[in-house]
Amino acid sequence: MSLTTTPGRVSDDGVADGPGSPPSGPPAREAVREMDNPHRARTTKDLLARIVMWSAFAVAMVPLVWILWTVASRGAHLLADPVWWTGNQRNINSDDAGGGARHAIEGTLIQAGMTALISIPIGVLTAVYLVEYGRGRLAKAISFMVDILSGVPSIVAALFIYAVWVTTFGIDRSGFAVSLSLVLLMIPTIVRSTEEMLKLVPNELREASYALGVPKWVTVVRIVLRTAFSGIVTGILLGLARVMGETAPLLILGPYTKNFQRDLFDGNMATLPTMINQDRGDFALATAAERMWGAALTLIILVLLLNLLGRVVAHFGSVKK
Amino acid sequence: MAKRIDVTDLSVYYGDFKAVEGVTMTVEPRSVTAFIGPSGCGKSTFLRTLNRMHEVIPGGRVEGKVMLDDQDLYAASMDPVRVRRTIGMVFQRPNPFPTMSIYDNVAAGLRLNGVRSKSTLDGIVEESLKGANLWTEVKDRLGKPGAGLSGGQQQRLCIARAIAVQPQVLLMDEPCSALDPISTLAIEDLINELKTEYTIVIVTHNMQQAARVSDRTAFFNLRATGEPGRLVEIDNTTKIFNNPSQKQTEDYISGRFG
Amino acid sequence: MSTVTGVSAADELPGPDGRKPLTGDRASTGRLGDRLFGGAATLSGVIVIAMVSLIAVFLVAQALPALTNNSENFLTSRVWAPGGAQPAFGILEFLWTTVAASTIAMALAVPVGVAVALFLTQYAPIWMRRPAASLVDLLAAVPSIVYGLWGLLTFRAFVRPVEQFLQDNVGWFPLFAPTRITGGTIFFIGIVLAIMVLPIVTALSREVFDQTPTAHKEGALALGATQWEMIRTAVLPFGKPGVISASMLALGRALGETIAVTFLVSALSDGTDWTWSLFNGGETFASKIANNAAEFSNPSKTGAYIAAGLVLFVLTFIVNSIARIVIERRKAFTE
Repeated sequence: MSLTTTPGRVSDDGVADGPGSPPSGPPAREAVREMDNPHRARTTKDLLARIVMWSAFAVAMVPLVWILWTVASRGAHLLADPVWWTGNQRNINSDDAGGGARHAIEGTLIQAGMTALISIPIGVLTAVYLVEYGRGRLAKAISFMVDILSGVPSIVAALFIYAVWVTTFGIDRSGFAVSLSLVLLMIPTIVRSTEEMLKLVPNELREASYALGVPKWVTVVRIVLRTAFSGIVTGILLGLARVMGETAPLLILGPYTKNFQRDLFDGNMATLPTMINQDRGDFALATAAERMWGAALTLIILVLLLNLLGRVVAHFGSVKK
Repeated sequence: MAKRIDVTDLSVYYGDFKAVEGVTMTVEPRSVTAFIGPSGCGKSTFLRTLNRMHEVIPGGRVEGKVMLDDQDLYAASMDPVRVRRTIGMVFQRPNPFPTMSIYDNVAAGLRLNGVRSKSTLDGIVEESLKGANLWTEVKDRLGKPGAGLSGGQQQRLCIARAIAVQPQVLLMDEPCSALDPISTLAIEDLINELKTEYTIVIVTHNMQQAARVSDRTAFFNLRATGEPGRLVEIDNTTKIFNNPSQKQTEDYISGRFG
Repeated sequence: MSTVTGVSAADELPGPDGRKPLTGDRASTGRLGDRLFGGAATLSGVIVIAMVSLIAVFLVAQALPALTNNSENFLTSRVWAPGGAQPAFGILEFLWTTVAASTIAMALAVPVGVAVALFLTQYAPIWMRRPAASLVDLLAAVPSIVYGLWGLLTFRAFVRPVEQFLQDNVGWFPLFAPTRITGGTIFFIGIVLAIMVLPIVTALSREVFDQTPTAHKEGALALGATQWEMIRTAVLPFGKPGVISASMLALGRALGETIAVTFLVSALSDGTDWTWSLFNGGETFASKIANNAAEFSNPSKTGAYIAAGLVLFVLTFIVNSIARIVIERRKAFTE
């Protein structure tokens, strides 16, 4: 199949015959050959694009697999030792092996728990305000502020808490101070994810409740929040997973200790990130490096568990996206 | 230009679900053929197999044969991209590319095919817009966004875009159902002009439109809900609307169901 | 990543007597329960506003004394000696390192991230899309400190030869000039940051590409476009604001990243000559603050670090605002 000959339209010599249309340009029709294979270059470009996209994915997977593999292979043997889960690092120097990570694990979990305790009510209630109550300038201002908060770097949040807690009020650094800065980081996550879940609740449910004479606040708590519950929980779990890995606040506000410390208000408290950081200067030592990998693996496992839990809750929850 | 389409025993599937069953028909060159039938009977699905758009949907496939003159559209060696360049399509809702100007919209297909020269593009754009009866309305604002036009104008823009690449066949999937009556009339007049150049197949749920616009009409129907759609009858439009052979056709035309 | 600002879901309903709703919906009555609960919700929102305002206020308040005592120009000096009788400190060094490393991160993460997003939405087989997307999101789940650790102990060794190669062969170009730094170069940190922010670019771009109206994609295909041409004609133009927004958010993240960078930086000693080379060392805002947390007991020194933190806050604020504005503008005229 080659050139079109088109009686009644522009023929190859460029003269147009169409109703009332002036002559158009030179053999334009040659440019569009019918039924020929699309120009080789186009097919090649298409294939090239396909290759590039697949390669991009492969490139993205390389660091993921690499990191997970490295951490797992270097740290696994430490985690296999039961002492890891029961002991602390008391009397262990950087060039010593042995000891455990329980103090750090507990610290991480305790601080995360306190963070959750404070940020969940504030975050969920703010989302409730934005979706169920708010309208006009206050709501816009709050939403704007939530966006700003989500962009604040963790180190700035930590500096702020330092400026208030330590410098202004003169209170010592502690695990609680760390939790406070983590609250700043966690609230925007909770607000946004809760907001999305609340918006998914169909309006008909609210209307049905009002029509039964149920007051608004009961409707919100008993009907709306309950319907969106699993989605909200997922959002919280994912937010927690993120803040558990935040180290900047720990560096500013949460000095490390090798001992057990379960009191958030009493001095130094160990966490997994600060445990890793502790050995940073000695990274050339095999024992120190090994310990860092072990703590890193423990932290990743914790984070992945939370992520998994979040997805499981979402999967079995009621309101699907 | 303007070829005939021969369909032989074509069945259309979504995965394992058979949506349309065993269609055999001929579409004559330089004519307008209308597909009519109740909602869900598969006329749009079938239409989309003619330019191999059906397979864009995951799981979409066909069995059977579609010939364009002497070319098998579903041959293993046939590139669907070729097919789509030769058989153009206008959709139910006008869909000019929102980030492009009117000029760029019409030229889109040409540019994709490697036409670069400005003078050539200018000429074809003007010609296509004239062919779509849109030139006088937009000639002073070719650089403005295509999405800024009214619904009827947008649809004519899409028609201009489709004919700019000089297809053999033009498929129109309920092109007027999203438009007001005046724009609809304008498009119907346009179809009457275009049929001197192109083979046109139009799906419409509006029987009166089919009667006004087409030379031949094909009536599709479902045997029962859940059953695949079938081609019940295809014939000259006057015969279908005045004296159809099949009782189903007569029932539909006279409004006993639909 | 929803950014739609809050309007009460039940707001659209007129009141029972047909009047327009005032604040929120008219379902609220004067009952005590409603007042308490509504009040609590409002209070939470106000707390959020207070938090952000306080951050700005406190940071400025504590930075100001140090800034006014500063003998050097805060923005253009490379000296950092906030202690002592006469504080003298400037952030130029950090500004350069932070911005350069983040820019490298963007230059790498945006193209790759967009390509991965296109892969996930247009090219990957349907069964593969969700699992593959989850895998890419997993990159974001890895805590930053692990990136720092891996970068330090594993990845560094691999990047070093590449740097050497570039220095040997293209070293005449000022950006690639040879240096004596073998630890954390701006180049290396940029690469690690790129890996860290890649999932952000991909996640948002993916969302936007998925929203491309089918009508436009089909319109392009029906004209006889190849898949790549369809993407170029319909998907990418539609997704441009989303991609820009995603890039800005990724940039904000890169600018503020602390612990990974802290693990990797090679601090420069005072008085080192200025060089444009990407293979130079140097600290970022975040790493400088983090590494010197021990010095915070001295109030004037703390002020200097807080001032540095303030600059970082402003930078990320600007970048995030751009991201927001771009995506809001698109919302304004989407169909």
